[in-house]
Amino acid sequence: MILEAKNINKYFKKPVPFHVLKDINFTVDDGEFISIMGKSGCGKSTLLYILSTMDTDYDGQLYLKNELVTGKSRDSLSYIRNKHIGFVFQFHYLLSEFSVLENVMLPAKKLGEKSLKEIEKAAFEKLEILNIEKLAHKKASQISGGEKQRVAIARALINNPSIIMGDEPTGNLDSHNAENVFKIFKNLSEEQGLSLLIVTHDIDFANKTDRIIEMLDGRIIS
Amino acid sequence: MNWRVIIGIAKTHLFTKIKQTAIAALGVTFGIGSYIALVSFMTGLNGMLDDLILNKTPHVHIYNEIEPSKEQPIDIHEAYANTFNIVKSIKPKQTQRKIHNALPIIHNLSKNNDVIAAIPQLKTQIFYISGPIELGGNLSGIDIMKEVEFFNFKDYIVKGTPQDLLNSDVGILLGSGVASKMSLGIGDRVQIRTAVGTNFPLKVIGVFQSGIADLDNVQSFVNLRTAQKILGVPRNHITDINVKLHDIDKAFPLAKKIEGQFNLKAIDIKTANAQFETGTNIRNLITYAVSITLLIVAGFGIYNILNMLIYEKMNDIAILKATGFSGKDVQYIFLSQAMIIGFVGGILGLLIGYIISSIIDKIAFETEALPTITTYPVNFNVWFYLIGISFAMVSTFLAGYLPSRKARKIDPVRIIRGQ
Repeated sequence: MILEAKNINKYFKKPVPFHVLKDINFTVDDGEFISIMGKSGCGKSTLLYILSTMDTDYDGQLYLKNELVTGKSRDSLSYIRNKHIGFVFQFHYLLSEFSVLENVMLPAKKLGEKSLKEIEKAAFEKLEILNIEKLAHKKASQISGGEKQRVAIARALINNPSIIMGDEPTGNLDSHNAENVFKIFKNLSEEQGLSLLIVTHDIDFANKTDRIIEMLDGRIIS
Repeated sequence: MNWRVIIGIAKTHLFTKIKQTAIAALGVTFGIGSYIALVSFMTGLNGMLDDLILNKTPHVHIYNEIEPSKEQPIDIHEAYANTFNIVKSIKPKQTQRKIHNALPIIHNLSKNNDVIAAIPQLKTQIFYISGPIELGGNLSGIDIMKEVEFFNFKDYIVKGTPQDLLNSDVGILLGSGVASKMSLGIGDRVQIRTAVGTNFPLKVIGVFQSGIADLDNVQSFVNLRTAQKILGVPRNHITDINVKLHDIDKAFPLAKKIEGQFNLKAIDIKTANAQFETGTNIRNLITYAVSITLLIVAGFGIYNILNMLIYEKMNDIAILKATGFSGKDVQYIFLSQAMIIGFVGGILGLLIGYIISSIIDKIAFETEALPTITTYPVNFNVWFYLIGISFAMVSTFLAGYLPSRKARKIDPVRIIRGQ
C-alpha cells in the first residue's frame, strides 16, 4: 500500500463556511493507476492537494507507505514531496528561465543524494523514456505545450518517486498529446510499477485506468 | 541546506533580470561609494584641523600658575578654627614663573613608560623693537631638535631650517605675522626688549607660520640657552614642560598625578582643547547621517525590486515548493539574491569610493593658513572600507528579508489552483 486516507474532512472558512470533503477513505496500492473524476467543485482537486501534503489544513489521517504524514513539520513534508511524490499539473509549470535539463534535475539536486554527474545521467534517462532527450538544452520557454508536459513528467520521475499525482495533466493538451501523455503514464504503471493518482475530467482517459474514484459533493460515491 | 542549488537558482534569476539587478546594485554602489568618499574626505579634513592644533599641543603641559594661595593664614590659625572668615582682595603670592627643580622633574618624567618625551621651554614676554615702534610679543626658548622630532615643528617653518636655529646663538625664528609687520626676512637683525628693559640684538634665521594668525602675530622662538641668556637666568630656569605620551587617553590621569606630586599646574590635551573634539564628533555625526540616508534609499530600491521579482516569480515559487523545496529554501533563494546584489554593489561602491577619494586627494588646495597642505586631505583608512562593505551587506539583508519572508509564506496550492 502506497497511500491511505482515513476519515479526511476539510472545511473552507472563506468566503462562507463550507464542508468541502466529507469522510474520505481510500487506499492506493503499489502499481495502481487510479483516476479521480467528478464535477467541478466536488472537491477532487482539494483532495489531491491534501494527498500531496501541500495542503495541511484538514482533519483525519494520511499515511504514505504506512507512515503517518499528518501533523509533520513543513520541512519534513517538503522532504517527503521531494523524495516520494512526483507532480504533474494542468499547466506545465516549468521554470522558464532554466533549460529543460536543469528543470528535470532540480528536484534531484534538492534531494542531494547523488552527485551532479549521476543526476545529469538520470535526467537524460528520464528524458529518453519520454522521447525528448533532444530538447535537453533548450530553454523551457522555447518548447511546445505537449513537450512541456512531458518535461514536467520527467521532472516528476527524477527522484524515482513512489507515486505520481496529476491535476488534470491532459486538460490543457490536444487529443493527440493527451493520448501520448496517457500512454506514458500507462507504461510507467505497467513497466516500472509506479502508482499513479490522476484527477481528470476526461472520461476516455479515466476509462482506460485501473480504477476510477468518482466524487460528488465532497464524498466518494464509487 | 543545499547552498549550491539555492545560489544557482538565485544567480539564474539575477542574470535573466540583469537590468533590474544592475539598477539595484547601482543603488548600493552609489550609497557605499559616496559614503567612502564622504567619510574619507571629512575625516581627512577633521584630521587636518585637529593636527593644526593638536600636533603642536603637548599632551600634558606643565607650568607654574600664578594664582592666589588656596588657604589664607587665618584659615589655619587655631584661634579662628570655629569662625567664619572672609578675606577680601586676595592677591597672588609673589613667586617666580620658573618651575622649581625642572630638570629633575623632566628626568623623572622621561623614565615613565607612558611618556615619549618631556621637553623644556622657557616662555617670556618681550617687545620687538622696530625703530620707534615697540610690538608686544612672546618669546619661547625651545630645544629645537626635540620640538621637530616630537611636535612636527618643522612643518611650520616656512623659511629657514631647524638646523639654522640650532647653530646660531643669536638666531630667532620669527612668527610670520611679526615678520611681515616689521618687513623682516632671513639675515635681517631685530632688537628685542625684555620686560625688565634690557635690549638684545638677534638675527632672523627663519620664519614660522602655524596657521593661527593670533599666534603668528606675536610668537617667536629662540634656542633655550639663548632665551636664558636674554633673561640672564641660569641653565635650570625653565617655565614650561611639554609632555608627549604614547596614549593620549592617559594624559588626564598623568596631569592629575603631576599636579599632586609636584605642586604644579598640569593641563592635559583634552581639557585644553575640548572644543576640537566636539567639532570632530559633530562632523563625524553629519558624515554618518548623510551616508546612512544614502544607504537607506539604496535599501528601499532593493526592497522594491525584490518585491517585484517575487510577484513575477510566484509560479516558480509554487513549483519549487511543490517539488520539494521548503519555505526556508525559497526564502534563502531570494535572500541570497539580495546579498549578491549587496555584495557586488558594495564592492563596486568601495572601488568607486576609492577612485573618488583618490581624485580628491590630487586636487590642489593651497591656503595661507596651512603651509604644509598642498592638496585636499583625504584619510585612506581601511576601516572605512570594512564598515562600508558590512553596511552594504547588512542593509541589503534587511531590505531582502521582508520580501524573502513573504516568498517563504506563499501557499503553493493557492498559486497552482489559482491559474
